[in-house]
Amino acid sequence: MREPRRRLQGLPGLYAVTMRTAVQVQFQYRTANYAYMLGMIAEPVIYLVVWSTVARSQGGAVEGITVGEFAAYYIVWTLVRNMNIVFTPYGWEGRIRQGELSGMLVRPVHPIHYDLAYFAGWKFVVILLWLPIAAALTLIFRPTFDISLLEIGVFLIAIWGAYLIRSMLLWVLGMVTFWTTRVSALYDMYFTAELLLSGRLLPLALLPGWAATVADVLPFKYTFGYPIEVIAGDLSTRELFIGLAMQVLWVAVGALLVAVVWRFGVRRYSAVGN
Amino acid sequence: MAQRDADIRVSGLRKTFTVPEREAGLRASLRSLVRRTHRDVHAVAEVSFEIPAGEVVGFLGPNGAGKTTTLKMLSGLLHPTSGQVSVLGHVPWRRERDYLRRMTLVMGNRNQLQWDIPALDSFEMNRAIYRIPDSDFRTIRDEMVELLEIGDLVRKPVRNLSLGERMKAEIAAALLHRPQVLFLDEPTIGLDVTMQKRIRAFLAEYNRRYGATVLLTSHYMADVQALCRRVIVIDHGSILYDGSLRELSARYAPHQTINVTLTDPGPELSGYGELVSTEAGRVSLKVAKDQTSAVAARLLAAYEVSDLTIEDPPVEDVIEQVFASSATTVEVSS
Repeated sequence: MREPRRRLQGLPGLYAVTMRTAVQVQFQYRTANYAYMLGMIAEPVIYLVVWSTVARSQGGAVEGITVGEFAAYYIVWTLVRNMNIVFTPYGWEGRIRQGELSGMLVRPVHPIHYDLAYFAGWKFVVILLWLPIAAALTLIFRPTFDISLLEIGVFLIAIWGAYLIRSMLLWVLGMVTFWTTRVSALYDMYFTAELLLSGRLLPLALLPGWAATVADVLPFKYTFGYPIEVIAGDLSTRELFIGLAMQVLWVAVGALLVAVVWRFGVRRYSAVGN
Repeated sequence: MAQRDADIRVSGLRKTFTVPEREAGLRASLRSLVRRTHRDVHAVAEVSFEIPAGEVVGFLGPNGAGKTTTLKMLSGLLHPTSGQVSVLGHVPWRRERDYLRRMTLVMGNRNQLQWDIPALDSFEMNRAIYRIPDSDFRTIRDEMVELLEIGDLVRKPVRNLSLGERMKAEIAAALLHRPQVLFLDEPTIGLDVTMQKRIRAFLAEYNRRYGATVLLTSHYMADVQALCRRVIVIDHGSILYDGSLRELSARYAPHQTINVTLTDPGPELSGYGELVSTEAGRVSLKVAKDQTSAVAARLLAAYEVSDLTIEDPPVEDVIEQVFASSATTVEVSS
């Protein structure tokens, strides 16, 4: 037990320094970050316009979701989407094919801590930049929110849960590069499943019953739809806590997968190009 | 400083890569869809050596000889195909934290530093990674900055530094945790002569101050001559020579060069040895090593000599000779 405890002792300091570094780096690229965020807004705005039009044509609601609720959903979507941007398998291809992982491997810290801390630091920049965008979207689309303090508290946890789950899953997917050197095709498959079953393309309430059941047991929902619905949906207290429990479960599964795949994958690393 | 046993022990180390291969062209490409062929590349074959604590050893060989692959295995980046390695009592590829905190690997110049921020901020990150106590960190950082003369550079974003400046900052970052074992892969590559000298002087000083063990690869013989008394020469994954640099010259360079300048130039000197060059009255003669003293004495007796020097051949030539002769391993204690 002593070794794991010793390993954890230095982590808060490492996370603090790495997050601070990420903030410094990303502020240097504030214009690029803003341009990226503005570009990203196009996706939810398109979904929002389509569903608002459908809702209006059906008398103001689709499956009970009103135009204002769609607006709330997709505005929160923009924050959740920014929160669940993590180190992607494309990045892994660079790390492995060009030997960039070497520098991380000779440090006495598991590389996942660096990624988790770095992207977590980036989030603070993102949230700051997101605020005016959210204000503008709110003025334009007039969302309907009915938020309790409990929901705000759960949301603040859930967006970080979403971040952790997606970080772990994409790390596992990225590590496939240890075997294949190209993982983009797998990532595309993951992306398609995520698009349909996470609540990214449409609120999960609009899925057919069987698809919604499948979505409930897969991790995607807990990286997108669940955190959005915490604040923009109508979840009961029980559903709020079941969602958090599912996030804890998927973080644990993700961490286990990372540990196992890393253990075998890193043996295959050939540190080329460096 | 506590006395340490051999820091690095390598026994029967082998690394074989299995690489896909095919002929060029569309037909070969289509054929490879159904039938892939592979080839085993023996990057390192049965390498064994020991390096005592505090020694600086040059690891020499042509491109593709197996130097970097060996360094990668010793630093824990690669798992070997077979063989045993112990560095500071650890098996490197287990990458135990206690081991990684006591060694460093400098490979290229983009390992330690964040591209977009000043090196000082990257140093801060290494402080957290290696858990260096604050007071120690400041002392070591200031010492590195002073020794490497990078006081003005560490506040600039790394992307704005030149190659040499970046390399110095990279080395400082790699040594902040005061490692006991240094694996340096071409630490002066691409640098100008002044910068090379400065890095050499720094490494020598680091070794002197902290008794660090250093295994260094370099294609610059000046690095090796300045830092290493012992060299390991490797080619095709096997060690050709392991011993002192001086012994290497004695063994593989049976000749020396006598440079003689006569007060009255003109006499034919080819009878004294193989004529290498004649330039502005200065004659260079290649002479068998065991004959050098006698030939020099004869020249001094026969002519009025204004200058006479005896030189060993350049180390580059000696190393070339080692590769050419593909000698078997010579064990020389050092």
